[in-house]
Amino acid sequence: MLNDFVISQTDGRSLYLQIMEQIKQKIAVGDWEQGQELPSIRQLAIELMVSVITVKRAYFELEREGVILTQQGKASTVAASAELGRRICEQELRHHLADAVRLGIKLGLTPEQLVSELMRAALVMPAEEVEIEQ
Amino acid sequence: MKNIAVELKGVGKDYPHFRLQDVNLKLETGTVMGFIGANGAGKSTTLRILMGLVHQDRGEVTVFGSRMPQQQALAKRDIGYVSEDLRLYGTATLGWHMSYIRSIYPGWDSAYAAHLCRHFDLNPAQKIKGLSTGQRVKASLLLAFARRPRLLVLDEPTTGLDPVARHEVLEALMEAMRDESRTILFSSHNTHDVEQISDQITFIDRGRVIESDDKETFLDRWRRFRLEVPPGVCLPVLPGTVATSGSARLAVVTTSRYDDSLAAAYTQAGVSVKSVDSMTLEEIFVANVHSKREEVAA
Repeated sequence: MLNDFVISQTDGRSLYLQIMEQIKQKIAVGDWEQGQELPSIRQLAIELMVSVITVKRAYFELEREGVILTQQGKASTVAASAELGRRICEQELRHHLADAVRLGIKLGLTPEQLVSELMRAALVMPAEEVEIEQ
Repeated sequence: MKNIAVELKGVGKDYPHFRLQDVNLKLETGTVMGFIGANGAGKSTTLRILMGLVHQDRGEVTVFGSRMPQQQALAKRDIGYVSEDLRLYGTATLGWHMSYIRSIYPGWDSAYAAHLCRHFDLNPAQKIKGLSTGQRVKASLLLAFARRPRLLVLDEPTTGLDPVARHEVLEALMEAMRDESRTILFSSHNTHDVEQISDQITFIDRGRVIESDDKETFLDRWRRFRLEVPPGVCLPVLPGTVATSGSARLAVVTTSRYDDSLAAAYTQAGVSVKSVDSMTLEEIFVANVHSKREEVAA
């Protein structure tokens, strides 16, 4: 179940980031389902031939992002809201975009003008200011 | 409370042409420590002191609570030590060595030994003198591993191995760590091996420990900035700066105390940050050694 992880030494990114990304992919495609137990930190470390502390770091960051849940003394599990949270955000985005288009039509803007308005808005708002919902 | 497997406090040893100075190390049970240093930096001396093979002139060494070298007989039952200068009998077979070790150590695990034979592609019927360098290293590791000691002290276990054998050895090391009560201390000048499997990393150079930290913190703390310095602007020297190179307009700054505020501080000083690159353990090691040598020379 773990042999499809690929850890690259020449990737340039930290090992823990590579592990995080691949876990997220597994959850995104449904290989790992909501509530499913993740392998223990030590088990995954041994399978991937990376240090325990690296996998610990990956799990810690995934927990912070709300992707997995860890309870003291128990196996980590895939968080139920990981996919849900994203879907809610996507729905909200479409809703707001629809509103923006409606206002644009009211103002007589062409689709091209709307796109450039959106681009301008995206450029003036630095990513740090956006509160990412967990 | 964390269980400490190995502790060195203020350890020193004087030789006519080499001094080991004030070595402090602490190794928690269940972790892997990579001990990195150039040739002649003091890695082997430190490991030999830890094994009671060399007696320190100063300082305290404890392994599982036993003081070294005074209580080494007790401690050594729990330690597996492999180094280049370990001699096997050339005319005897690997199988003979295996039964010899089994007769001394009650903890010998025959099933595990057989598994390691297969994993390392070794034939117990073969005489030691007929083995290649890599096979000899693997045979020594097998003899140490199959005793299932709580602590493995390995002096350059991957040096001189071809890539396949190296992989086999790293795999066996990780497999040994399945047991949470096991601890590994291994020295190497190959930062790649160390970076991959170590939880803790210690750098040693010219007889001094120059840095010791957990690997993730290590890799997080070190960064390289590429900066563009406009005319008339002075490049500020921020805390943690280890090295500065490049030209007056395009500077490259290496820091050992990176956090997000650093980039902001440069921007505030009128310097534009072109990139912030993470560094490999090898780059960190080399930068660290250079800066510490300069400090000592100054």
